[in-house]
Amino acid sequence: MGALSLAVWTPVLSGLVVLALGQQAQAQRVQRVASWLAALSLLAVLPMAWQFVPGVAGMQLQEQVAWIERFGVYYHLGVDGISFWLIVLTAFTTWVVVLSVGQGVTQRVHQYLGAFLVLSGLMIGVFCALDGLLFYVFFEATLIPMYLIIGVWGGPNRIYAAFKFFLYTLAGSLLMLAAVIYLYNASGGSFNLGVWANLPLSAAEQNALFFAFLAAFAVKVPMWPVHTWLPDVHVEAPTGGSAVLAAIMLKLGAYGFLRFSLPIAPDASQDWAGLMLGLSLVAVIYVGLVALVQTDMKKLVAYSSVAHMGFVTLGFFVFAPLGMSGAVVQMIAHGFVSAAMFLCIGVLYDRTHSRDIAAYGGVVNTMPRFAAFAVLFAMANSGLPGTAGFVGEWMVILAAVKANFWLGLGAATALVLGAAYTLWMIKRVMFGAVANAAVAKLTDITGRETLVLTLLALAVLAMGVYPKPFTDIIDPSVVELLSHVAKSKLP
Amino acid sequence: MGATLSVTQLVWVPLAPLLGALVAGVLGTQLGGNWLGRRTVHTLTIGAVALACALSLLTLWQVITQGASFNGTLYEWMVVGGLRMEIGFMVDGLTALMMCVVTFVSLMVHVYTIGYMADDPGYNRFFSYLSLFTFAMLMLVMSNNLLQLFFGWEAVGLVSYLLIGFWYTRPTAVFANLKAFLVNRVGDFGFILGIGVLVGYGGTLNYTELFGAGPALAQQTLPGTDWLVITVACIGLFVGAMGKSAQFPLHVWLPDSMEGPTPISALIHAATMVTAGIFMVARMSPLFELSDTALNLILVVGAITALFMGLLGVVQNDIKRVVAYSTLSQLGYMTVALGASAYSVAVFHLATHAFFKALLFLAAGSVIMGLHHNQDMRYMGGVRKYMPITYVTSLIGTLALVGTPFFSGFYSKDSIIEAVHLSNLSAAGWAYAAVVAGVFITAFYSFRLLFLVFHGTERYDQVPHTDQADDHGHHPSHAGKPHESPWVVTVPLVLLAVPSVVLGYGLIEPMLYGDWLAGAVVVDAAQHPAMARLAETFLGPVGMAIHGLTTLPFVLLVAGTLAAWWCYLVRPDVPTRVAQALRPVVKVLENKYYFDWFNEHVLARCARALGRGLWRGADQGLIETGVVNASWRAIGWLSAQVRQWQSGLLSHYALAMLAGVFALVTVFVWLA
Repeated sequence: MGALSLAVWTPVLSGLVVLALGQQAQAQRVQRVASWLAALSLLAVLPMAWQFVPGVAGMQLQEQVAWIERFGVYYHLGVDGISFWLIVLTAFTTWVVVLSVGQGVTQRVHQYLGAFLVLSGLMIGVFCALDGLLFYVFFEATLIPMYLIIGVWGGPNRIYAAFKFFLYTLAGSLLMLAAVIYLYNASGGSFNLGVWANLPLSAAEQNALFFAFLAAFAVKVPMWPVHTWLPDVHVEAPTGGSAVLAAIMLKLGAYGFLRFSLPIAPDASQDWAGLMLGLSLVAVIYVGLVALVQTDMKKLVAYSSVAHMGFVTLGFFVFAPLGMSGAVVQMIAHGFVSAAMFLCIGVLYDRTHSRDIAAYGGVVNTMPRFAAFAVLFAMANSGLPGTAGFVGEWMVILAAVKANFWLGLGAATALVLGAAYTLWMIKRVMFGAVANAAVAKLTDITGRETLVLTLLALAVLAMGVYPKPFTDIIDPSVVELLSHVAKSKLP
Repeated sequence: MGATLSVTQLVWVPLAPLLGALVAGVLGTQLGGNWLGRRTVHTLTIGAVALACALSLLTLWQVITQGASFNGTLYEWMVVGGLRMEIGFMVDGLTALMMCVVTFVSLMVHVYTIGYMADDPGYNRFFSYLSLFTFAMLMLVMSNNLLQLFFGWEAVGLVSYLLIGFWYTRPTAVFANLKAFLVNRVGDFGFILGIGVLVGYGGTLNYTELFGAGPALAQQTLPGTDWLVITVACIGLFVGAMGKSAQFPLHVWLPDSMEGPTPISALIHAATMVTAGIFMVARMSPLFELSDTALNLILVVGAITALFMGLLGVVQNDIKRVVAYSTLSQLGYMTVALGASAYSVAVFHLATHAFFKALLFLAAGSVIMGLHHNQDMRYMGGVRKYMPITYVTSLIGTLALVGTPFFSGFYSKDSIIEAVHLSNLSAAGWAYAAVVAGVFITAFYSFRLLFLVFHGTERYDQVPHTDQADDHGHHPSHAGKPHESPWVVTVPLVLLAVPSVVLGYGLIEPMLYGDWLAGAVVVDAAQHPAMARLAETFLGPVGMAIHGLTTLPFVLLVAGTLAAWWCYLVRPDVPTRVAQALRPVVKVLENKYYFDWFNEHVLARCARALGRGLWRGADQGLIETGVVNASWRAIGWLSAQVRQWQSGLLSHYALAMLAGVFALVTVFVWLA
């Protein structure tokens, strides 16, 4: 078994093992087993990390086995600098989320944790897939566990949210399926992404394909104006679901741009760059303003996710190494930070069952240790240097200013808006005198919660203080992708 | 060039306070389970800062005597798309001087804190923040590139945020810290754009390389505009400086920052952090020299700040706020000096100001402690006989601040006034008028403070009961008489009073006309001859002070002092009568020119209204209801209609089939 298959299937099998523990098993025991298996799944990424050669731009550790020979479908995996850290992020975040599951979930714990482990494997599959159909299968399969996580363990309006999540993203993906089938025919019977990338395509074909892919990926990222499902889903999703959704699932969409839209339709991508930059700026500024007035903490962080993902798409479409590497860095950084933000909200929600900002005030008085973590993550969310949140934003803003001063000006407003909505929330929730009896009764974070938040804090700080290990791996692949995009594919 | 400084020696300057901060912050607080006691924490952090201070002094000595310097990389932060981002140091006369100012004032404030925060439950956390600040500030001044500068820039902002909100249960404090952070972020918005333009067109973040690329940037224009790249970049950087150094109109956060404990008002909001903008512009002088537009803007902004913020100090009753407005005004003076291309003079005033303003703040803190946490000057008076050390040191600080000849503030402030006088920029006339008028105002509000607090009738027993007092987590009885502060408070006062007297006399010649800053500060003497002409007329420190007794600023200084004496000691009824006569003016001043009102009621309210409009109107109305929900409703409606056809009655289906056959036959026949 190859290193990548190990990374994909260890979490899936672990998930099945957890499922097999059955309903009778004690919740605590299930959680312990699942935590160890999630840790094992993270370890299963190590062979890939070990064998990966940094500085090499192309696909590494490729595995190719015929899957459906009649249609030329292959089980074809590979990893490059762009997907490397996303795989690590997925395994790491899943481990942290599984560790974090506490008193918030009491029903069917084995199914809940099993779903996360299976989901982790499927998402790693998306990041490894080099076969168009395999990608599509993994991409769509991830919907199922997440649908269940939201629909079974979510809030009062969970069924509505689960359906909205499923249908919204599925509707987008169907156009992608059409595009995949079209490319299969156009390439003379191949699902190989490498073949598609070198396939000459007319301007009309590229435009059609670009928008078909855009439909799938823009919903997933989500870009404005197809972002409205995200806040609704986040408020209903359980804490762990929100964390994984924000930290990793959104990145599947952004990743799709890099694997499909840009290499397959480079001319169309360049032609429509103005539109994409415009939508990204709307996400940064408009959604930033919308985040400012949210009264529900989860909605606020959800809108903040949309704004941060705006930086990702902005970085892609300035077509400069600094911007694109910055966008990939931002994807990873946002993974750590948004997971942390949602887990912090979960800590409060578990205790008081309220996500309403107005229901809190002066939490620092009763939960000083928690407040230290919350302020750190809030600062990371505002893009403070020394934290992960700064690195990608800084790179994207610099690249944007270079591409066009006004674009940079628009992007840099995030400095003010991001700090405004995040720190205003922190002020209202954390600081001040104890606001009410519920806050007075709060108890500080437990050992397990401390461990979870410490892990994320270390990741956030490490990436902020020394991002070189990340960019050294990302940069060569980004440079190669950009040189590919610069070459016209028009026949 | 002289010898190269030892890297180890330099690294330990910021590293020691960082380690102190981490140990104190993690092991000394609830975060790590309160492992360390108060004595351990303050010994440790003070030891670390003392080490940093000693190494800084050693560095300065090596720089001065041996011409030693350092410019190199510590570690590579990242390399992307050929752009190197590094963490590194650039140490020369300017840096070494700043290192000494920062670490010395920090050390004094650390010691002072032992006394000031003695009863505070957040004692260890406070020491951790102080050391963390020292680390961040040192990283800022020692940087050799814009990335690290920005890192330090934001990190000092973070610590400032944490410290203004140190007493987090107070609504005013947590409002002030949010405000400070956001206003600074507005400045940083400009700052990052300036950096972006420099990186985009200069291709590097490294100072030395950028200075080399500067002249080329002065030839290019920004695509699509006729603006010079260098001008856009410098204005962007200066907007950052306006935020950090609290220049009009981004000054609004500094007075509110007085919600923090007094030691940090002295360290962060007077001596060091707020001068970061001044330092940055001086450091970037090779670039600013290339843009007269930017320099004119700097002159105008600095002059407005120097004059109008000083005026606000006249109507304040809170002792700390008077000193805060005085700080704003003095920062305006430094900014004016930058605009006049007298960078070395700005840095000189920065250095002298750091000592006498830290002294004034710490003295104010000492008074606040002595008066049982009362900050209102209306309820002080006659304190000098109870607090002699505080009184004498305050007097020295005040004399330095107003610019009395032979005191340190005289040398730096008089040099600023002269430099502006000699500047050939178009905005220099207005700036000169503003800084000269500012001398009178400075003297007036400074002596008003001194007279109200230390002289006149004793009013400390008339304090009305409020919760506005400097809350230390306990409420001592208000009955006791004022008392002098303990030695941990008075010793720093004395140690700061010494440089407040002698520093100007000693430093003016080497700093302004010698070669201390020669390598760091670049002036294009052909374009901006002010500094060169100033050097021609320099008479030596003694001659300058004697000459200073005969000039207009000295007359204004004496007039301001006498006016304050007459208004607050001879005829205490006069201020009230003047205030009544000039009611509209006083109202404008009391409302701080309505800036806060504008920001809160117009800017913040508009942003929230816009956000709410976009959310309710566009997001929920147009997109959600209009498109998303409408589409599933449409599908539901459609399927409901189609479902009707599936009636289950055979006759209906037969009829439909017949109609279909008829239609098809018709079509085929038609086509045939």
